[in-house]
Amino acid sequence: MPLSQVWQDLDQLFVHAKQFLLGVLPEPWRPWASMVVTIGVIAAIAPAIMMYLTWIERKLIARMQNRFGPTRVGVYGLAQPLADGLKMLIKEDIVPRGADRLLHTVAPILAVVPAMLVFVITPFGRGMIGADLNVGLLYFFAISSIGSYAIFMGGWASRSKFSMLGAMRAVAQIISYEVPGVLSVVAVIMVTGTLSLTGIVDAQADQWFVFTPWGLVGCLMFFLSGVAEVNRTPFDMPEAESELVGGFHTEYSGMKFALWYMAEFLESFAICAFTVTLFLGGWHGPNIPFGIVAVLLGMIIATGSRLPWPVRVLGAAAMAGALVLWGRQPMPSWIWFFTKTYALIFVLVWFRGTFPRLRVDQLMGLAWKFFLPLALVNIVAAGLWVLIPNPILTWVLSTTILMASAWLLVLANKPAPLARRTYVLAD
Amino acid sequence: MALIGTGVLSGMGVVFKTFLETYPWGRVVLRTVGVKPTNGLVTVEYPDVKQQHAERFRYFPFLVYDQTPDNLRCVACRICEQECPPQCIHIIMEKDEQGRPVKNHGRTLPKVFDIDTSVCMSCRICVDVCPFDAIEMDNTYELSSEGRFTEMIYDKQRLLKSDEYFHSIHPEEAAVVDQRLAAKKAKAAPSAPSQPGASPAAPPPAI
Ligand code: SF4
Ligand code: SF4
Repeated sequence: MPLSQVWQDLDQLFVHAKQFLLGVLPEPWRPWASMVVTIGVIAAIAPAIMMYLTWIERKLIARMQNRFGPTRVGVYGLAQPLADGLKMLIKEDIVPRGADRLLHTVAPILAVVPAMLVFVITPFGRGMIGADLNVGLLYFFAISSIGSYAIFMGGWASRSKFSMLGAMRAVAQIISYEVPGVLSVVAVIMVTGTLSLTGIVDAQADQWFVFTPWGLVGCLMFFLSGVAEVNRTPFDMPEAESELVGGFHTEYSGMKFALWYMAEFLESFAICAFTVTLFLGGWHGPNIPFGIVAVLLGMIIATGSRLPWPVRVLGAAAMAGALVLWGRQPMPSWIWFFTKTYALIFVLVWFRGTFPRLRVDQLMGLAWKFFLPLALVNIVAAGLWVLIPNPILTWVLSTTILMASAWLLVLANKPAPLARRTYVLAD
Repeated sequence: MALIGTGVLSGMGVVFKTFLETYPWGRVVLRTVGVKPTNGLVTVEYPDVKQQHAERFRYFPFLVYDQTPDNLRCVACRICEQECPPQCIHIIMEKDEQGRPVKNHGRTLPKVFDIDTSVCMSCRICVDVCPFDAIEMDNTYELSSEGRFTEMIYDKQRLLKSDEYFHSIHPEEAAVVDQRLAAKKAKAAPSAPSQPGASPAAPPPAI
């Protein structure tokens, strides 16, 4: 691929750039170099994503609580993640007396590695996938559930009651929510007939699965189970700070603590990314010319009153250049993917801003008594969707089944009204 | 039966409205859809913007003098020192070699008058107990420094502030104090008309 062609197609920009890079090398090196480039890009992108997720989260949650969020370090607090990272790096690493030193160190690493491995099979855009495994979905579930080992290991190795309790809660919760999480995806596998994530995204070219009855239910269940699996509010029992100080990471400090957070943020990102891939059409999107985005972005950058002048001028100029170069091309697939993923991350933060933490029994009840049966019914609905060719009939049938069963489940799960207590005082 | 999850959704709606209210464009959006936005952001970005505090706001005591700094009202009676709950005032009276109190403008005066800023709890008890209205509350609050036993101990020089300053920060209170002092002077005047320097000057005009 000659350099002049790398710039032509915005959608394939990164793919072509990689091909160009590989083209420079001699033939026998290429497979290895390809791996190195992919691994390098993922290893570089993951921490960057995590750092700015913390910034995004803090900014959004602050606005939801009538605050500014970070504003002091850099423009709009944009250098805050760097400052935090530096602080974490130079902080003392404290291991409690009597803790299992080896496991205490291994646990956060074991949490981060799977979280990063998941990025390998995330389809970021058309042709932008680290490795298109034909059992990609299986890989995702297998890898992401390693995180629960890490959490338990960390909690156990800390030799602290809070950590231990948090870890036990975490394991109970993660294992419980994995069941409805996996079952809600079964519907997708039934309809697409493939475990490959590229295949699943391709199957959504005409219709995103979320716009089908089973897809909507599956999407909600997968997303909520995912929220529970990564221990985010309102399902953050394992690190309930009001009860357990910090849960499984109570005894962690410095960089190890940062690693826990990195794992958690990367997993949240992965959950959003996979909800997008499985139900929200992946990198597909309506055919909007890229020019509109370029103009909008340029306007935002140029009018950002707190940005320094050179940045505003350069940003606007870059956007104008992009407009000239790629203005008439459709919106690139990777922009669609990241837009949808970050929209879901907004929803995650929104949840955190809205809901109080669930009680342990409510949390378990939601997984076992509501999500699990509904996921099973959802599989039936998806089966009907595949079997019955008449579109109107399938719509009506699967919608009725799902709504009726949801309603029945809600009724069945209503707690029995407690008898009014009467207190007999001393005679 | 209400639809499942409506409560959850309306809760999320409230949060989203709060979120939008904090942005100017968000307020525009809210107005276009017919929701009346309030000003979401209440944060005052302190070092850049300072809040206007109420007139009664008080933080730390200071010693009042009339006209010149040596004409301070305090007579070193040490009542405030004894009454101060956290015991942060330290007073030594000005004495000559024979141990007799030195008089200036017809009054005894303190040689040392220290208040420890880091111990003072801004209770205003010293002001209430002072029989001479010699000590009043200031409204500065940026007193932090690194010298725990140097800069944070305010000595007499740093505590002395003029009556005009008192009028400028607490006009209402200063007017009351002036009235009280004038009444006292009127009472004292017939019995001791020739006491030199004891009569405080005419109250300065209220600012
Ligand atoms: S304000 Fe209260 S604590 Fe402070 S010096 Fe006066 S009496 Fe003591
Ligand atoms: S400030 Fe008032 S109470 Fe305190 S020593 Fe001086 S005159 Fe006495």
